[in-house]
Amino acid sequence: MYRYLPMTDQDQRDMLETVGAASIEDLFHDVPEDVRLKRPLDLPKALTEPELKRTFMQLAKQNVTTSEQPSFLGAGVYDHYIPSVVNHVISRSEFYTAYTPYQPEMSQGELQAIFEFQSMIAELTGMELANSSMYDGHTALAEAAVMASTQSKKGKHKIYLSETVHPEARDVLTTHVKGPGCEVEQVAARGTVTDVEALSEALDEEAACVVVQYPNFFGSLEDLKALRRICDEHGAMLVVKSNPVTLGVLTPPGHFGADIVVGDTQPFGIPAQYGGPHCGYFATTKKLMRKVPGRLVGETVDEDGKRGFVLTLQAREQHIRRDKATSNICSNQALNALASSVAMTALGKHGVKEMGEQSLQKAHYAKKALEGAGFTCQNNGPHFHEFVVELGVPADVVVDRLRDRGIIAGFDLGRVDTNRRQQMLICVTEQRTKAEIDEFTEALVEVAK
Amino acid sequence: MRQPEMSLIFEESEPGRRGAVLPALDVDEAPLEELLPQDMIREAPPELPEVSELQVMRHYTELSTRNYGVDSGFYPLGSCTMKYNPKINEDVARLDGFTNIHPYQPEADVQGAMQLMYELEASLAEITGMDHVTLQSAAGAQGEWTGLMLIRAYHEANGDTHRTKVVVPDSAHGTNPASAVVAGFDAVTVKTDERGLVDLDHLREVTGEDTAALMLTNPNTLGLFEEDIVEMANIIHEAGGKLYYDGANSNAILGWTRPGDMGFDVVHLNLHKTFTGPHGGGGPGSGPVGVKADLMPYLPHPLLTHNGEKYTWDYDRPKAIGRIKPFYGNFGINVRAYSYIRTMGAEGLKQVSENAVLNANYLLKRLAPYYDAPYSQYCKHEFVISGRRQKKLGVRTLDIAKRLLDFGYHPPTIYFPINVEECMMVEPTETEAKETLDAFAEAMIAIAREAEEEPETVQEAPHHTPVARLDETTAARKPVLTYQASLEKDTAKS
Repeated sequence: MYRYLPMTDQDQRDMLETVGAASIEDLFHDVPEDVRLKRPLDLPKALTEPELKRTFMQLAKQNVTTSEQPSFLGAGVYDHYIPSVVNHVISRSEFYTAYTPYQPEMSQGELQAIFEFQSMIAELTGMELANSSMYDGHTALAEAAVMASTQSKKGKHKIYLSETVHPEARDVLTTHVKGPGCEVEQVAARGTVTDVEALSEALDEEAACVVVQYPNFFGSLEDLKALRRICDEHGAMLVVKSNPVTLGVLTPPGHFGADIVVGDTQPFGIPAQYGGPHCGYFATTKKLMRKVPGRLVGETVDEDGKRGFVLTLQAREQHIRRDKATSNICSNQALNALASSVAMTALGKHGVKEMGEQSLQKAHYAKKALEGAGFTCQNNGPHFHEFVVELGVPADVVVDRLRDRGIIAGFDLGRVDTNRRQQMLICVTEQRTKAEIDEFTEALVEVAK
Repeated sequence: MRQPEMSLIFEESEPGRRGAVLPALDVDEAPLEELLPQDMIREAPPELPEVSELQVMRHYTELSTRNYGVDSGFYPLGSCTMKYNPKINEDVARLDGFTNIHPYQPEADVQGAMQLMYELEASLAEITGMDHVTLQSAAGAQGEWTGLMLIRAYHEANGDTHRTKVVVPDSAHGTNPASAVVAGFDAVTVKTDERGLVDLDHLREVTGEDTAALMLTNPNTLGLFEEDIVEMANIIHEAGGKLYYDGANSNAILGWTRPGDMGFDVVHLNLHKTFTGPHGGGGPGSGPVGVKADLMPYLPHPLLTHNGEKYTWDYDRPKAIGRIKPFYGNFGINVRAYSYIRTMGAEGLKQVSENAVLNANYLLKRLAPYYDAPYSQYCKHEFVISGRRQKKLGVRTLDIAKRLLDFGYHPPTIYFPINVEECMMVEPTETEAKETLDAFAEAMIAIAREAEEEPETVQEAPHHTPVARLDETTAARKPVLTYQASLEKDTAKS
């Protein structure tokens, strides 16, 4: 018996009769004999709901969670409070069991929710518009770089990619540009920020765009004003990847004149869940509106003149333009965009700012405590809620020792840079209490001896 | 029922309200100016809504009542496999041990998650008949692109750099040609013949030394099984190309046949279709990619391995195409899919396809007297009908779709595939009961009758939805994509 399958034996007989088939076998006569599977699939036996629940709880229990242990891990995925309303809204099955809103008259709820998401992202990033979402921040960055380079004048095909962008985002971008054949030029870091002078010298007339992150992978704040100026000197676009939780506090990239701003809204209402699904965002200017990848929702009116919402500018998209589309993206992350919208709405104008501010304050409190304990912070210039600490011993050893003490350590930078084997990227969000930070500092002093 | 215009959340905002409150800061507060340079401090907080918690709930609950999901009613949207999304999947995916784990935690602390992924990979490899599966890709389109990048790397490694073309049937999903281009290939179209299947002669014509791959959905988007699949595989393989399986329609073949056995070299699956991941109003999905052994070295970073004791991520794979996505794919969706596979087992999955195919054939049979059915053979899990008979009466397929809304159904996919005039593509899925199919058939028959007797009822539909037909032309001509732009527009008007 399968509780998801309502067809009874009687139904089957009646339906076969209507169809005019003698058996189920008949309906599959077009599957050639030599490609048929002549044995049952080799899968574990079916489980009832109670058995299934037990099995999955066993698997889940083997994982150490950030709700059980204080975590100082960030590096692209952040532990922020998720208001209870978020899960209640996204658990409404009118939202989560719906498809992409192709029929606007019966999908106004989803369409308006996306329109509100687009509005919030545009406002946070300081850009003129945003799309309905991308898979994640990293693929959004790759799409942004490709868009900038295919959009630019002929001969401008180089993507200048800063080494201070998240290493995995750089990898994703590098894989992604192989298809369109864009050239990627690495821009070196000076300490923990983009080497602006080196960039200024390296940039040439073939530059389509400069790609940076703000705050960057090391938590440091790039000088977007200087970067904008350099881009202008060479007619290049400025593409910025940005953590939206910081933009309640920081001057948004749009106010510095960024052409495209992307990132991941995971910090708003989306759990880490081992790295996905999260939710990419993509914000840009009106000038580039018709080149944007993915879905866009626009406001319009119905036949009675009443406000309503529709998917719009679809002539960019794969289901209309096929091989001429601006991207191949179809399914995106609508439900997670909804989760982020609800979180941003619940926190509101001041809560979003406060969440960012508290993280900033607590990270600086932690940094001061660690510096007081004799560690040196590697960040040159201002940083947000992440920073790099020199440990004096290999970071992987420190990670293990903190693990023994029930603390989830920061990110071992040796994993991505052999020159940084003794450095740890530490993240402190508003979720960490003073007591946890103090305990972490003490533990670090002891294990890094 | 028409409903009053709904306010935007921004319009419900009043200064001083909060829907969530954080604990007070428990460390010494430094002046912001000491931590950040003046020009990096945001001048004014972002204009986000200020509403109470109940207002948040009311707003989104009201929005949800103006939406429609599988739980609301029948959703026969072809090629989208709108089957029931089991509730236990949602429960297990929300277990603390799955939601609150960070992708950079030590491997020893996330062995349960890694085991689940490993077992899911093995199950999907068995279901598809492939040698290895990666769960990396985020959705179907990303799976397609990943698969094509693997094929590209394979050809390049063999010095076959002249293979620049990917053959795609004219009935293929739009993502197929789009993914081919994003992966750096040119898309070449192969025609569909009068049987609704790939025209073999034309396939031979367009296949050659420059062929990198053929992308194929089987059953195809007309709901028909490509019965010449063995011959097609031979044509492509003899030319040195690879065969790509778009798994969007795999709901029709579970336990009956496997892409790997049909000769496919790469497959992607849409876990948010066949394997019950909820569609979420447009994602998140999950699009695992399976390959035969000769393509394994190129699989993206990182690869999940197991040495009998411990699960680890392997990054030491020099031929890999690189990274395609951060971390390890859409884990949360993968948990749901594995929950489904463990619920159904081998026998259950086979029955899924059998019931899906019988449901589709039954519904086709019931509709065939009233709408044109362009193909005579049995369909698989979905079928197409044409509204060309109704078009002659002045009623378009779009009108029929809108009229279905009045009957409380989500319409089928319309105007796709593009090679069938006034197309409606219907996929009932196996989770629908016969009574539901009968009721839907009656509604379709009633609409066919209306088209003959009172066409304006259909042409002016929908009559009972919260809003009337929307002006999509103006939306595209003068795009208003944000609340801010909406405000400017209003100011300009007054």
